[in-house]
Amino acid sequence: MTALIDVHAHFHTPLSNRSDWQRYNASRLDAGDRMGVLCHVASVLGSWGATSPTYFSSPHDQTRANDWMLDFAEEHAPRVKMWVAVNPNFTSHALGEIERGIARGAIGIKLAAGRRADDVLLDDIAAAAAQYGVPVLQHIWQHRRRDWPNQDASDGIELARLAARHPDAIFQLAHIGGGGDWAHTYPAVRDFENIVMDLSGSGIDRGMIDEALRWVGARRLLWGADLTLCTALTKLRALPHTGASNDDLADMCWRNAVRIFPAGAFTEALAAGSRAVVSGASA
Amino acid sequence: MTASSSPDPRPIDVTSWIGSYPFRDVPHPDPEVLVGVLDREGFAGAWVGHLPGAFHRDPIPSNRALYAALEPFAGVLYPTPIVRPDWPYWTDMLRDAVNAGAPAVRVYPAQCGLGAGHPALAELAMACGEVGVALHVTLRFEDLRQRHLMDAVGDVPAATLRGIARLAGSRCHLVVAGAGREIIEETHWGLTPSEQQRVFYDFGWVWGPPDDHFAHLVDTMGVERLTWSSWWPLRLTQQSRALIDLLPHQGTSSISDAKFADGFADGRKIFAAAQHAAESGLGSENSMGTASRRNR
Repeated sequence: MTALIDVHAHFHTPLSNRSDWQRYNASRLDAGDRMGVLCHVASVLGSWGATSPTYFSSPHDQTRANDWMLDFAEEHAPRVKMWVAVNPNFTSHALGEIERGIARGAIGIKLAAGRRADDVLLDDIAAAAAQYGVPVLQHIWQHRRRDWPNQDASDGIELARLAARHPDAIFQLAHIGGGGDWAHTYPAVRDFENIVMDLSGSGIDRGMIDEALRWVGARRLLWGADLTLCTALTKLRALPHTGASNDDLADMCWRNAVRIFPAGAFTEALAAGSRAVVSGASA
Repeated sequence: MTASSSPDPRPIDVTSWIGSYPFRDVPHPDPEVLVGVLDREGFAGAWVGHLPGAFHRDPIPSNRALYAALEPFAGVLYPTPIVRPDWPYWTDMLRDAVNAGAPAVRVYPAQCGLGAGHPALAELAMACGEVGVALHVTLRFEDLRQRHLMDAVGDVPAATLRGIARLAGSRCHLVVAGAGREIIEETHWGLTPSEQQRVFYDFGWVWGPPDDHFAHLVDTMGVERLTWSSWWPLRLTQQSRALIDLLPHQGTSSISDAKFADGFADGRKIFAAAQHAAESGLGSENSMGTASRRNR
């Protein structure tokens, strides 16, 4: 069994619509412990729709969300780390949140769907990511063929345009299992070495991971869960059957995370060792 | 398949197929591969359908192909052919299924254009109950977000399931595949206790932590209504076991029971129940409205 870092996690807060937010967060941490997750790299998207839309969070909501997430990461260190989430429509606010968040320990920048990934408004944020040496997690709809409600979703081609403009920044393309046609994404980003992809999302199509390995290789894939840890465990157990080597598995499960995030981000979590109970049960 | 046969105590998967899928590639969807995957993932066998046939108008060639392909794997792969109840001589399809030892037959209401309350579905359900095979209904093949532009029929609604389960005097045992928490609850709690006993839900599309829909269903409905599946070759086969392994350790006493996983339904238990109901001649406790079946 290899170490495990979940590079795409979320938590809820008392400011969101869920009265069971504490149960939700506890469930995530408990299930993560049982799977062997040593660190959850997480973000909070504003108020999750309570007082501004999830993918178009107001600056006020996003500041409060980041405050909560910073406190939560400190409280649960080292097993929780933070993406500082920003809405690119408010550039000054976003840059301020990034500076403030990284100063307090955030290790990456989360961009949801407030603006298309190739929009020029993202340039300052991508430049900040390169300057601070942190990756950008970009919400992606695989092969977006139309607009979907409540978001300005982007797809692999649009993220590739941004990545081309910012070769010194690293972009984590979100959740290949999170909706849309993953088969379109792989060729769209293949030639952009500064784009890595996370395996998260509720989708567990056979062939999805195998094709990702063929197109971009294990060094550009990172295991993660997003909103469903059950499908993340399924994918974790499926990984050894994709033909991936032990080195490939270690890359996808934790070593790529160590590579793309700031140096030392996971040292303490990895040293804490595995608390896994179930992750290797049926591999 | 006999109701009390297999000495292998591992569950029998109720939802798998062989063959290609029209909207994307699925890797090596062949029965000899399925046999190996099932064994690796802890299944004793599987109810197997013919995936291309779900999208054909005439299911008979598909059924022929299914029977032939599974013949070398008898005792592990059990054919669950399609019966299209609005097709001429559909009763022959059901007869052939029974003669082939099928534990269940499949109907695809969305792909056949059979809406909730369609009399053909009622006829099929009643007939399945009489001959002792389960009726397997696939609500969807893929998540709505990823469907091909030409895959436009939509999901089977809960109203269709309730309509089948509520048939007065029916002995039909219904297996629902592809449902999430909402559809399952909308169906289960829309049925009388006796009707509930004849419906089983493949839990492979229910979410585990942190939303914990699966734990909620286990708590509120009990494990007996929830059945193992693999969804091969469309989905990764590890999902059912992952969901069970991630159930909370604390909660109901049943969840902490060491024999807990054995309580879930599977193909063996469902077929035994269907056979028992047919042989005993027992109908639903609710016999009100039997005239509705004759309205066709």
